[in-house]
Amino acid sequence: MRTIRIGSGAGYSGDRIEPAVELAEKGDIEYLVFECLGERTVALAQQARLKNPESGFDPLIEERMRAVLPLCAAKGIKIVTNMGAANPLAAARKTAEIARLIGLSGLKVAAVIGDDVLEACKQRDLPIMEFDGTIGQLGNRLISANAYLGAAPMAEALADGADIVITGRASDPALFLAPLIHAFGWPLDDWTRLGKGIIAGHLLECAGQVTGGYFADPPYKDIAGLARLGFPIGEVGEDGSLVMTKVEGSGGAVTARTCKEQLLYEVHDPSRYIQPDVIADFSQVEIEEVGKDRVRINGGRGSERPPTLKVSVGYVDGFIGEGQISYAGPGALARGRLALDIVRERLKLTGVAASELRFDLIGVDSLHGPQLAAHANEPYEARVRVTGRTENLREAVRIGNEVETLYTNGPAGGGGAYKSARDVVAVASVLLPRELARPRVQFVGG
Amino acid sequence: MKLREIAHSRTGDKGNISNISVIAYDPKHYPVLLAQVTPARVKAHFAGVVEGEVVRYELPRICALNFVMDRALGGGVTRSLALDAHGKSLSSALLDLEIEDMPRTI
Repeated sequence: MRTIRIGSGAGYSGDRIEPAVELAEKGDIEYLVFECLGERTVALAQQARLKNPESGFDPLIEERMRAVLPLCAAKGIKIVTNMGAANPLAAARKTAEIARLIGLSGLKVAAVIGDDVLEACKQRDLPIMEFDGTIGQLGNRLISANAYLGAAPMAEALADGADIVITGRASDPALFLAPLIHAFGWPLDDWTRLGKGIIAGHLLECAGQVTGGYFADPPYKDIAGLARLGFPIGEVGEDGSLVMTKVEGSGGAVTARTCKEQLLYEVHDPSRYIQPDVIADFSQVEIEEVGKDRVRINGGRGSERPPTLKVSVGYVDGFIGEGQISYAGPGALARGRLALDIVRERLKLTGVAASELRFDLIGVDSLHGPQLAAHANEPYEARVRVTGRTENLREAVRIGNEVETLYTNGPAGGGGAYKSARDVVAVASVLLPRELARPRVQFVGG
Repeated sequence: MKLREIAHSRTGDKGNISNISVIAYDPKHYPVLLAQVTPARVKAHFAGVVEGEVVRYELPRICALNFVMDRALGGGVTRSLALDAHGKSLSSALLDLEIEDMPRTI
């Protein structure tokens, strides 16, 4: 039976660079996938593109491509990535230019376009899934609407000879499913194998999170070598069978435990993991260690794909103002609480217009709230944090100011004040009938 | 005994929904998880954090539970005022759950 090896070179846009180089150099892989597009990144990138039509793609694309292209070109490793963000075509042109600059000729670079469905969504005034309202009601706050595309256009680009495939919004596991569909010729209605392929993609898409990252909890769960964590490789068979592993000698570990944690990461109903290509079923999956850093995954399934595509909608959602200041030594907690009371009263007295406010003591109750923190010991230091949501920047600035003035007006010994005010781009979802998204592949020169 | 003694856990986020896996280190403790780590207890543990419903999914083949907690992330990762907007640290809070001494295991 034929098997291919797919490496996962990044789990988010700012991820480490050199583990992907290690995969290309020593991983014996045929495909290298970079998942770099967060939930709201497309909306932010769309704002950048409006200012400059040749921007709007991942800012690290040049650094990543320069790092891996020579090895990938020499070994024939194909690259699939969503670093195109809001402008896959410009990202593809940029990549082709980088290839030329470093002396690589003949690389075929393809962009998958058509995930931008803003017009189709506007025309239909679709209901928003997360809260009561429609796209139309967002009015001029609406920035972007991008459909999570499936694997088919990426697989098509590979079939047409692409060495590098660059998409915008696509389902993260589909980045991994596409090489499988291409390499094995899986039919697009073979729900069982597509379901297995999605499970492989799901385990791989967060890179280091399946090889020991986001896992260590000494002394219960120890992982060695996190500073040189190896990124994962999926060995996938033509029948959809899967072994998860990593580069020999790299840091981290691939164990049944790391795979179980990642299997359920960001999953709701495990029997219905809804994807553009298939509804994958994780509920009967079995996980077995078959060697050092080798874990076999069995029992994945799937059922027919949904009639709709999930669309990520970016919109302007006001401003957030924030201020912080620290207290330490005996009585730090009492002075921190006094500081919060003062700011609470000041925001009222001076009439700061905030629709939502939050008062935290970092090191005490900022992560899980007062109930879970009730039995904690007295800390040596406590950091005050006040945040609020406002309609305009001016009001947001006033929140941080009221924390900063604690220096000379607040409790004794306040230090290290910090303030910020920023605009907020939030993300919501709608469902779009799938035939309204028309993805297509476009090659650029190279 | 704390849940941390018999299980490990990871948090994920989608919009304003947080999911937390609870995975038995040893299969013999899966029945303990089933009996004691109930949606009602998880909801009560996260009072003040989770505003919506808590649903539990069971995965007996990997001896794991998956809790899906609605309205748990201050309006959602992209707009939350919280320091940990993703709720990544919630799994550690759940591992602090008190577990009663276990019945004799086979």
